[in-house]
Amino acid sequence: MIELDCRGMLCPRPIIELARHLEDVPVGGVIRVVADDAAAAVDVPAWCRMRGQEYVGSTVADDDVPAYDVRRLS
Amino acid sequence: MTFPGSSPLPSGSTSYLDSASGEPLHPAAREVLHRALDQAYADPRRLHGPARSARLMLDNARAVTAECLGVRPDEVTFTPSGTHAVHLGVLGLLAGRARVSNRLLASAVEHSSVMHAGQWHEARGGIFETMPVDSMGRLSPQIAGEAGQAAVLALQSANHEVGTVQPVAEVAGLAGDTPLFVDACASGGRLPLPDGWAAAALSAHKWGGPAGVGVLLVRKGSRWRNPFPGDDRADERSTGFENVPGALAAAAALQAVLSEADVTARQSKLVDRIRTAAAAIPDTEVVGDPDARLPHLVTFSCLYVDGEAIVTELDRLGFGVASGSACTASTLEPSHVLAAMGALTHGNLRVSLTRETTAEEVERFLAVLPGVVADIRREVGM
Repeated sequence: MIELDCRGMLCPRPIIELARHLEDVPVGGVIRVVADDAAAAVDVPAWCRMRGQEYVGSTVADDDVPAYDVRRLS
Repeated sequence: MTFPGSSPLPSGSTSYLDSASGEPLHPAAREVLHRALDQAYADPRRLHGPARSARLMLDNARAVTAECLGVRPDEVTFTPSGTHAVHLGVLGLLAGRARVSNRLLASAVEHSSVMHAGQWHEARGGIFETMPVDSMGRLSPQIAGEAGQAAVLALQSANHEVGTVQPVAEVAGLAGDTPLFVDACASGGRLPLPDGWAAAALSAHKWGGPAGVGVLLVRKGSRWRNPFPGDDRADERSTGFENVPGALAAAAALQAVLSEADVTARQSKLVDRIRTAAAAIPDTEVVGDPDARLPHLVTFSCLYVDGEAIVTELDRLGFGVASGSACTASTLEPSHVLAAMGALTHGNLRVSLTRETTAEEVERFLAVLPGVVADIRREVGM
């Protein structure tokens, strides 16, 4: 799994980072987006739906910033 | 006095596609407003001639509004805004139910005026809960039915951001004794008022009346108590000196738009055209119900696009549109409507047509839109 540090970034920046780095993981691998922007909670799952990837769910990083996990399907 | 007539792009050369925020004043309202401003200045509660004249005009505004909406004149109260009508409607029904329950239930996609009324209620010891909606933004009557006993249910007639029409009559049928508050601000003058409300709110500037006129409807026999300090006016539910010219102009505009069914049909076709064209832009999602919707508005979101950037660029090109994206809002929170639907919140545009919007304007907008989206994406390397 790789982790993208998107702390301090405003929408749509975390989603752009996610799209750019998806291919850094192999198909079946998980990429984690750590983002404090409120829009990411909605936009990461929406991006997965629109781009045909799997939204795994959210956790929180050590500093309580939300983290969103995405599995690459294609 | 300052008017922005000398700006490089005066409003006359902008295609205004934001009627859901405010419809331009209808010519019928302008004519009535001018006349009434000169004639309806007196206090309608006094006994002299000018007062009787003001009272006659206020009663006429009420009668016309009631007839247009299919309600009784004594169910109509003019308020200083649609927002104030919402607050009075929600909180007044809650006050009428205080001995039974203090639980307010609302759909998760209500207008912020309903949400703020709920938060106000909560801050004073009440309970405020929201019910989830589906991906179209529609509340399922089943969820409303299973939500349990509430003091008041709040459900909009149609959503102000995505246009989806709500199943108001079905929800009212399942609500039993629980009174239903219907925020009809988005649909007023565009779709018939749905059945089943105990109280409802409308806003005149959304149908081409002047700003500063809301309409509160309280169904005869409903338990409604004024939640705010009262007054001693012509209408027991209103407070403050009546805006008689505004109310009369609002009624004139409502009467005029209801006689213009062809406008609604034309808008609905143009919205279909925009929906199809927007859906053809790569990585763009058109949201809201494609069929059971408001005739004049459509919302879509474009991946990787900054909402502020696209609104600003379209404005530069002469198109005035709204956005529900966080970066274009007064807070950093994205639209609670889009969030509740699970729809993409960034790169969001809401396009809403005025009664004068032409097919040519829509085509000019659609001609520039894909290029604007592509340019913004290119700038961020997408």
